[in-house]
Amino acid sequence: MKINQISLFAENKPGHISAPARLLAQEGIDIRALFLADSQHFGIVRMIVSDWQKAAAVFEAHGFVVKVTEVLAVEVPDHPGGLADVLGALDGSGINIEYMYAFPYPRGDQAILIFRFADPDAAIAQLQTAGINLLASDELLK
Amino acid sequence: MKMNAILETSAADCHPASVRDYTPLPELRALQLQRVQAVVARAWDHVELFRSRMDERGLVPEDIHSLDDIAKLPFTVKSDLRDTYPFGLFASPMKDVVRLHVSSGTTGKPIVVAYTSDDVSVWTSVIVRCLAGCGLHRGDILQNAYGYGLFTGGLGAHYGAEALGATVVPTSGGNADRQIMLLKDFGVTAICCTPTYFLHLIDRAAELGVDLKQLPLRAGVFGAEPWTESMRRHIENKSSIEAFDIYGLSEIIGPGVACECRRHQGLHIFEDHFYPEIIDPDTGEALPEGTEGELVLTTLSKHAMPMIRYRTRDITMLLPDRCQCGRTLRRMGRIGRRSDDMLIIRGVNVFPSQVESALLQIEGTLPNYQIVLTREQGLDQMEVRVEVTPHMFNDQIGALQGLQARIQSALDHVLGIRVQVALVEAYSLERSQGKAKRVIDRRTS
Repeated sequence: MKINQISLFAENKPGHISAPARLLAQEGIDIRALFLADSQHFGIVRMIVSDWQKAAAVFEAHGFVVKVTEVLAVEVPDHPGGLADVLGALDGSGINIEYMYAFPYPRGDQAILIFRFADPDAAIAQLQTAGINLLASDELLK
Repeated sequence: MKMNAILETSAADCHPASVRDYTPLPELRALQLQRVQAVVARAWDHVELFRSRMDERGLVPEDIHSLDDIAKLPFTVKSDLRDTYPFGLFASPMKDVVRLHVSSGTTGKPIVVAYTSDDVSVWTSVIVRCLAGCGLHRGDILQNAYGYGLFTGGLGAHYGAEALGATVVPTSGGNADRQIMLLKDFGVTAICCTPTYFLHLIDRAAELGVDLKQLPLRAGVFGAEPWTESMRRHIENKSSIEAFDIYGLSEIIGPGVACECRRHQGLHIFEDHFYPEIIDPDTGEALPEGTEGELVLTTLSKHAMPMIRYRTRDITMLLPDRCQCGRTLRRMGRIGRRSDDMLIIRGVNVFPSQVESALLQIEGTLPNYQIVLTREQGLDQMEVRVEVTPHMFNDQIGALQGLQARIQSALDHVLGIRVQVALVEAYSLERSQGKAKRVIDRRTS
């Protein structure tokens, strides 16, 4: 259920995202989802890629500071209220979302929500109880 | 008498070259006087700049009757080497010069230093004495990660280590993964490099899952940049080595001017070759033992490029007592700072070493950092740029902002002035010869 997400530290300057993007292109690694979290001076590039181990190795070899974190991918119907239903399943459970981002699914009318939870195992149990579909890594990347 | 002194030391110290370290004082002082008279005469005969400065003072070499008379001699400063670039201070014809080294110039022209074959022998012998004093001997495997090439560090340490009888692994700087692999695979017992570079190796070894404490590595000889006691503690905690401070500068000979012995209470100056004085950096007046000031060195045996009263800009003191190790050589305190390291920011004195200890306290590791000074609307601004290490990186903005705030408040507290902190990408800060470039001053006065 847990998906390995790659995060990179990047200074908030022109051109600082293009170097990692080029590296992935050279290695033939596909970016499935990307989210840029930024503050005034620096940012964190979070990515879900087709081969996270290879991506982490390539980045490290090129001097990037890399972190691999486990996130959950939740499939929701791509219509009004889809997100509210998922979040509703977590209400009252005391489970804290550290961050999240969303992207549309390339096939069909589904959207994917990526969640980083402080306690992913508790979140998995809670979401599954509520009948919410969590995607496994191979499903997300196929 | 000499034998007694040697017996006080550990067996590991007893390399034949170390006998010189125990020369009885009257003999040592007599040798220094004889040598200083010779070197002043040599510089007078062959170096125009020196002779003209002696003329201005109405001095001739025969005016040196005692070691105290050295204080009458004119100083030599770094800009003299630049102004006479490349060969203006040489006292030997080029046919007698067997080696040239070039020191990285941060501004303008670099400086060139020259060695005759005898000079190289002296250099080699002082490195042997440094390493022997660190308890190294034949049978040790020494990885020399000082840069080889124009920089004096690599070749200087190399020849000395070979002459000691150690097995030298000349890795030069860079390629941390390979350094760590060789440390492990060769069973390396000692390493020479800049302290900053060893900190980097500690961090990288941890990332690679190599426990330095499990390796036979037992001694590190660190120099070429000032470092602190807190760095020593950190290094000794993270590895099983005993860390030694070695001091030197290209203008004098390169590494090997002074080095710690196993007592770690100051660095013994190889006084038979280098005559130390401490002066007030503002007035140039000589200061007594035990008083902090600028270190001034005179080379006593250099042929190709004698240096008379060279102002090192390094701030230290001569320690008043004899070392318990039995060496008669005087000791200088560790160099914590340089007189030209001191930054005056909005009227407050700031030393890069203060920034360093603040960073060490917060992270428990020393990330690469750089101080950038600018002036905005007449006000000095100080920014400290810190490279994010894997150890520091967290993929949540809030956590990184928290780290930034902690660094900021520690710096504000230690320095007493407001500074900006910027987290920057790994390997993005400039380095030269493995030495971190700590300060960039963009203030125009």
